[in-house]
Amino acid sequence: MPADAAPAGIARGLWVFSRPNNDPAKILAVGITLCLVCSVLVAGAAVLLKPQQDRNQALAIRKEIVGVAGFQADSAQQVEQLFQQHIETRIVDLDSGNYAEDIDPATYDSHAAARNPATSSALASDQDPAKIKRRPDYAPAYLVRDGERIKTIILPVYGYGLWSTLYGFLALAGDGKTITGLTFYEHGETPGLGDFIKSPAWQARFHGKLAFDEHGKLRLAVIKGRVDPASPEASYEVDGVSGATLTSRGVNNLLRYWLGDQGFGPYLKRLQAEGGKT
Amino acid sequence: MKQEEKRILFEPVVDNNPITLQVLGICSALAVTAKLAPSLIMSLGLTVVLVCSSAAISLIRNHIPTNIRIIVQLTVIASLVIVVDEVLRAYAYEISKQLSVFVGLIITNCIVLGRTEAFALQNPVRPSALDALGHGMGYSAILILVATLRELLGSGTLLGHAVLPLTRDGGWYEPNGLMLLAPSAFFIIGMLIWAVRTWKPAQVEKPAYRIHVVHRTETL
Repeated sequence: MPADAAPAGIARGLWVFSRPNNDPAKILAVGITLCLVCSVLVAGAAVLLKPQQDRNQALAIRKEIVGVAGFQADSAQQVEQLFQQHIETRIVDLDSGNYAEDIDPATYDSHAAARNPATSSALASDQDPAKIKRRPDYAPAYLVRDGERIKTIILPVYGYGLWSTLYGFLALAGDGKTITGLTFYEHGETPGLGDFIKSPAWQARFHGKLAFDEHGKLRLAVIKGRVDPASPEASYEVDGVSGATLTSRGVNNLLRYWLGDQGFGPYLKRLQAEGGKT
Repeated sequence: MKQEEKRILFEPVVDNNPITLQVLGICSALAVTAKLAPSLIMSLGLTVVLVCSSAAISLIRNHIPTNIRIIVQLTVIASLVIVVDEVLRAYAYEISKQLSVFVGLIITNCIVLGRTEAFALQNPVRPSALDALGHGMGYSAILILVATLRELLGSGTLLGHAVLPLTRDGGWYEPNGLMLLAPSAFFIIGMLIWAVRTWKPAQVEKPAYRIHVVHRTETL
């Protein structure tokens, strides 16, 4: 030990710290003290920084919504401004497809609602291709209007891929059928394989695809292999990515779930019937 | 600054570089260097963790029971890494998403535990902090060098600003896609090690095996 090895001042007063270093009481005392100090440090940082982190996350989600709606925004202020100006948030009752006027969209958190048995319903495994287990009774829809008519409907979609839950937004034109955009903002898929879902080139393949046929039947599918442009299915199909079959299948399942009867199906049916007026 | 302290601070930058000589911290050096901005943040994060953990371990070094010293060091390092991760998520959200797991993996970065175990446990606070800062600078220097090359040659940009005009935007530079993939960092670090050892032959390791000339008894 070097000459300056006298016990540090902070601990000199406590008898247990003056015991030999390998005394069991000292080992326990050092361990417990260290853990207490470290947990205060970690907990303090987590609690103090939480509001700022939540703001960042909310902003990141708004940025995705604004982006999938077709606006170009670079800075945080632009995102906020575009969101306030153009995006109308409505809460949809998923069972009836009507708007729930009594829920405040500013405070409603559909992911929290999905965890609460009082505000969600459990899904049987045959109803749950996206493997989300519980579905909230109400979910937000983000609308962009052109005058009175709805120009774009943006729906939050999520479901299980290979390793993780994928969270994203699907944008449909006011007719409730034509897809105008798809984006994912959170996932934990394999880097370099499953993360193709974030690639703008792949997301662009959804542009102009039809989710429903003229009879209102859900037809959209992510398929294995190449879409034959000559086939009658071409306007409903998007090709997946080879090497990431399970992630592709996950995207297919979650889109079909959220466009289907358990998801936004009733809402979209109503919009299609009304011609996108409300 | 005293001669000895200067040596402690600057030796790890080239002469005892944690990446090129000790070959530690390779995982993050490969993973985060496709772009310069995340590499800068990663370097800063690692340096902060390194300096704070070395200083903290050095401060309590006379009270650390030897049987639990690795646990003590890892607890301190892990706590600091979580704090750094939280700060990044609050104030550098986009970059913290790009760095994803690699900030958390600073906990297992051999450079940090290596410095607390090899240096801070035996030395007073000031030299421990200087030693840690020096190693942080050595790590950062390599990361920044690799990231500059990779971003410049792979995307034609630096910190997102266009430097080399790309052919797809009507310029003359065709970006090298390999530079965006992890193996390119392996090649660049390999060539850096070669360059440094040519410049400073003292760093060349002795061959681990030597082929002995054996007297042959049989005729071929």
